[in-house]
Amino acid sequence: MPTLAKTGNEAMAEAMRQINPDVVAAYPITPATEVVMIFSQFVADGLVDTEYVAAESEHSAMSACVGAASAGCRVMTGTSSQGLQLMSEILPIVSALRQPIVLCEVNRALSGPINIHCDHSDTMAVRDFGWIQIFSENAQEAYDSVLQAVLIAEDEKVRLPAMVTTDGFIISHCMEKIETMEDDAAKKYIGEHKVKNSILNLEKPITLGSLDLQDYYFEHKMPVVEAMKQAKDVIVKVGKEFGQKFGREYGLLEEYKLADAEFAVVALGSTCGTTKAVVDELRNNGLKAGLLKVRVFRPFPGEEIAQALSKVKAAVILDRSDTYCNQGGQLYTEIRSAMYEAAKKPLLANYIYGLGGREISLEGIRQIYKQLQECQSSGQVIHFGVRE
Amino acid sequence: MPKLKDLVTRRDPLCGGHRACTGCGAPIVVRQVLMSSSEPVVVTSATGCLEVVTTIFPYTAWNVNFLHNAFENSAATCSGIEAACKALKRKGKIKQNINFVAFGGDGGTYDIGFQSLSGAMERGHDMLYVCYNNEAYMNTGVQRSSATPKGAATTTAPAGKVIPGKVQFSKNLTEIMIAHDLPYVAQSAVGFWRDLTAKSEKAFSIHGPKFINVLQPCCLGWGYKPALTAEMGRLAADTCMWPLYEVENGVYKLNYTPKVKKPIGEFLKTQDRFRHLNKPGNGAVVESMQKEVDRRWEALLLRCKHEGGIQK
Repeated sequence: MPTLAKTGNEAMAEAMRQINPDVVAAYPITPATEVVMIFSQFVADGLVDTEYVAAESEHSAMSACVGAASAGCRVMTGTSSQGLQLMSEILPIVSALRQPIVLCEVNRALSGPINIHCDHSDTMAVRDFGWIQIFSENAQEAYDSVLQAVLIAEDEKVRLPAMVTTDGFIISHCMEKIETMEDDAAKKYIGEHKVKNSILNLEKPITLGSLDLQDYYFEHKMPVVEAMKQAKDVIVKVGKEFGQKFGREYGLLEEYKLADAEFAVVALGSTCGTTKAVVDELRNNGLKAGLLKVRVFRPFPGEEIAQALSKVKAAVILDRSDTYCNQGGQLYTEIRSAMYEAAKKPLLANYIYGLGGREISLEGIRQIYKQLQECQSSGQVIHFGVRE
Repeated sequence: MPKLKDLVTRRDPLCGGHRACTGCGAPIVVRQVLMSSSEPVVVTSATGCLEVVTTIFPYTAWNVNFLHNAFENSAATCSGIEAACKALKRKGKIKQNINFVAFGGDGGTYDIGFQSLSGAMERGHDMLYVCYNNEAYMNTGVQRSSATPKGAATTTAPAGKVIPGKVQFSKNLTEIMIAHDLPYVAQSAVGFWRDLTAKSEKAFSIHGPKFINVLQPCCLGWGYKPALTAEMGRLAADTCMWPLYEVENGVYKLNYTPKVKKPIGEFLKTQDRFRHLNKPGNGAVVESMQKEVDRRWEALLLRCKHEGGIQK
């Protein structure tokens, strides 16, 4: 397997090159621009067969993706922050039409105030639109997950769109050593795109996007509900098979020294890497620290998280975004809800951190573990790392 | 120009029994445009009357492939299908030639879908965009759009005690599309089937982005009897409120010259949306409307003469 030095954006673009989608429609936005910039160079150099639509906005980019997916094509795009927001009107249409579009999303704070750095407010804002959401800890995971996302999204039981996210600048612009597949292996792994219905099938004309009122709409939402349930198993299966083939196994969650841990941090994305380093350090000092990395946010692995946390004394849920509902961040509120049925539940606290790219350091994570050991009761929501 | 015999023997792209109002001009536009294509068509539509009346689940009035995505993205959606077709043709998966047609009302074209339209046309997709322009947001109950003529009463620019309907003149979208330097741009109206089918046929024969703006009288929003829809289109042309012309590769051609250029009052008096203009004190509004119609007409004549003359 080739070992390369790649930024997160380069890693995602490389995965896209190997996937060789039929159509990519996209629009530039920091910090995701490079993904489609690099990819359009692949198009210009004839390294892919893709028809590239350089749309005049993210809204049109996603709209063109819907058109292309209706024609039975394998379709991809990439965006971030405001761009994802501009697409957001179309996102639930994609899942309702059961189009397995794969989106490379680079997490960036939402305006306002305008900011270009990482938090998860953009991805969280579109969490309820029937898209699968996979977070990456580093460039390697981004590369691997983009490839897996195609298989997950296109699985017969799923047929839902998927977004794979990296953290803006922290992953998107940092160069790391990654292992990629040989082109032939990637091609074989991805396989041919199976066409279900096509708006270009002239033998059997179809009407898509009908007006669907109170007598049918509800029934037509149920397949998305069902597919999202199925998606959980499919993600696990695809992640396992990926491990067997390429040596890096993936699941819904990753437990890091959690089995006997008394104090746990639960987090998404790049912060998990920082936390792992602190866990190692604390373990050397005799503290039973652990990490639960949530890789997949949609579908939400509630039962799995409740199970994974059942033995810890106390856990901090790290949210890099706020819901502004006074109940804590998105990950926290979901986990708290998932723990309701659990026979054994740890004390839970919510730390909202890193908004707008505010750095989370090793020292910051150390402090969080320290405060966690002093935690006496559940339900605290703390905005961590913000100046008074 | 397609023969009537040919047109009527082609398969109807839109079947009867859809839910458009009696006297609606939109299905007339759709039929005349799509029946002018000798190749198969694939259609997109913006959210609006056309989509609502033809696709209410579990029924569809479409005999051809049809996709509705959202309100402002008929052009972008169509561009995606066209791009897909290109990709699949390159891979040998599709061989048949297909004409791609995007429909949008004036709200979905002049206003909310304007950027999407401009982008798709600039990118040069091989598609025809047809605006069925009924000069207001009819589907949501007659709100003003930038296509609404000055003086018309709508529910968001109503005629009141102080303000006599819409204050602004309509946006000249056709000229804006001409400024995109497209290979073909045209303006037509319901009531001129020969004109619209000839223009559609010509548009389909040209590779690249094409735009046709069709005036589509709406009995509900304009306030006239349903039997008069075609008549309204003809009156709009005879008063020069809606000239019929086309621009092929930058060359202007006037397709219809009224025998006698009627004053716009002849058009206004037939419709409830202009009724308040008869009230004392509103004469100046009509006067300014006439002046603007004359100015635009003269400017168009000049362009047509300059570029190749009026069709005799």
